Amino acid sequence: MRFIWIVAIRFLYEGKTQSLLILTGVAVGTAVIVFLSSLITGLQESIIQRTLGTQAQIVIRPPDEIPRTLNPEADARVERPAQRLRSIVGWAQVIDVVRRVSGLTAIAPTIAGPGFALRSRGANAISLRGIDPESYTGIVDLSRYITAGTFRLGAFETVIGTELARDLGVNVGDKIRLQTAGGRTTVLRVSGLIDVGSRDLNLRWVFVSLRQAQTLLGVEDGVSTIEVRVDDIFSATPIAKQIADRTGLRADSWMTSNAQLMVGLRSQSASSAMIQVFVVLAVALGIASVLAVSVVQKAREIGILRAVGTSKSQILHIFLLQGLLVGLVGSGIGILAGIGLSVFFAELTRSPDGSALFPLSLSWALYARAIAVATVVGVVSAALPARRAARLDPAEVIRYG
Amino acid sequence: MGEPIVLLKEVSKNYEGKTITPVLHGIDLTVQQGEFTALMGPSGSGKSTLLNLLGLLDRPTSGSILIAGTDTTSLSDEMRTRFRGETIGFVFQFHHLLPAFTALENVMLPAMAREGHQTPAMRKTALELLDAVGLSAQAQKIPTEMSGGQQQRVAVARALAMNPRLVLADEPTGNLDTKAGQQVFDLMRHVNASRGITFLIVTHDDRLAHRCDRIVELVDGEIAHDLPNDPLRQTQVV
Repeated sequence: MRFIWIVAIRFLYEGKTQSLLILTGVAVGTAVIVFLSSLITGLQESIIQRTLGTQAQIVIRPPDEIPRTLNPEADARVERPAQRLRSIVGWAQVIDVVRRVSGLTAIAPTIAGPGFALRSRGANAISLRGIDPESYTGIVDLSRYITAGTFRLGAFETVIGTELARDLGVNVGDKIRLQTAGGRTTVLRVSGLIDVGSRDLNLRWVFVSLRQAQTLLGVEDGVSTIEVRVDDIFSATPIAKQIADRTGLRADSWMTSNAQLMVGLRSQSASSAMIQVFVVLAVALGIASVLAVSVVQKAREIGILRAVGTSKSQILHIFLLQGLLVGLVGSGIGILAGIGLSVFFAELTRSPDGSALFPLSLSWALYARAIAVATVVGVVSAALPARRAARLDPAEVIRYG
Repeated sequence: MGEPIVLLKEVSKNYEGKTITPVLHGIDLTVQQGEFTALMGPSGSGKSTLLNLLGLLDRPTSGSILIAGTDTTSLSDEMRTRFRGETIGFVFQFHHLLPAFTALENVMLPAMAREGHQTPAMRKTALELLDAVGLSAQAQKIPTEMSGGQQQRVAVARALAMNPRLVLADEPTGNLDTKAGQQVFDLMRHVNASRGITFLIVTHDDRLAHRCDRIVELVDGEIAHDLPNDPLRQTQVV
């Protein structure tokens, strides 16, 4: 083994109490970081998962219709017209253009518009959504939310929300009539019931095939929106901008349409980061002060080492190594403790039905990051004591030591 | 007789704190290879300072120090450390052994520091040295498990680890009872005779000093006497 390793390990072993103290400090710090990270990340992942579970990450729409004045100087009031349902002009070509943007995992044309679902004397206002099941599965996997029947959209089939079904008193296999604002109407068979986790949406969503929706809404061969799923959900906004630039259409990312949620997530991340920074700082100060005391206590031994031919840089490295070892070993213990803490907490807060209230996100990346941080902190906080040790005047410590 | 192992020219040393304290004033000293010299003097006379200068643990304020023909005052810190490790061995009063290391490891320290790692050859050399100081049975003991005399013999073995040309000892027997002190002294004389290693020993013990080849006496930072150890002087002191 290398000389400096031998001396560093012996020094740590010799000052057992102090070494245990800083090891505990590092371990507790690491455990807090692991626990906090797993909790916050898990929580955020589940919130995002829930939010994005039923919506596309990027939605492409035709731009709003706004009249332009021929003479901007004129003191005229420009009245904004009511927006009508419009098809994206040349949507097939638009999809080809969008496909060339990198970072996308799925693209699906959809059409959405208002309408009514009728059965005998019952009538409900609905949001009609025409999708192509095959491509739309890449955006939102609706079959996961099916509670009865199957997710199948044949020519005269529809999948409706559970609340709507209850309101209308229909079940799988029953027929309902759909009517749109344009007066077009059709009768469809309910092939499946869907529960997307929101009462409101369960009451309003009616899925039909793309072709059926086009007919009902009176936009033959058109689509009103193109929905996109991206690889990295947090890159949705820049990708949306890229799409908008290339197509000249409006492209809204989930991050802008859920701005409130994003602010919440960001401040959560920020406070978690802040806590971690202070934990790291406290641990660093702990390591530095314990090592500083150890340098004073070991002054005589450092003097001996210097007298028998140990160089200043070797002394420096011996103390840096002690910081490194403490960081490495302490974070190892801390990770185990953090995992234990997280699992214990998850068990403790498990809801009666057995589902986890606090979803945890424990990953190798998190452990690697914790070890890296602790090791770097160990070495950095050892730097000052190590420099002091290297600068000790051997003659002085031998004389007075 | 060849090149002297130690050659001091006009060496002065001041300690500079709030006030400047002169400790050594223009010391001239020559020590030949193989000499066994006692360095005596009342406390505060500058013996330890002189020893630290010779051991390259400290730098003189002025003057030059040649060890084995090398002008050490012009060497960098790194070079001095290396030179010290190769040329000079130390024995301190309080048998400065590292408490967390076994006797064997303590003897191996200079070689490990020099090479940066341990080798089986180092272990072998260290065992031979411990054997030479009569402590091969104590090789795996840590310092606190040994008597003061044994610890000091380990320190002597360590001083010899790099096969130095010069061994500096600062009151090597000062902390030991008469019998143990005698043993350590005998050991050093034996090493001096068998290996031709030069010894410079700071001591307060007149009886030991008079078993040295030469006595240098410092008083107030100057050499007051520098005499070969002849019977005449012995009678004077006694």
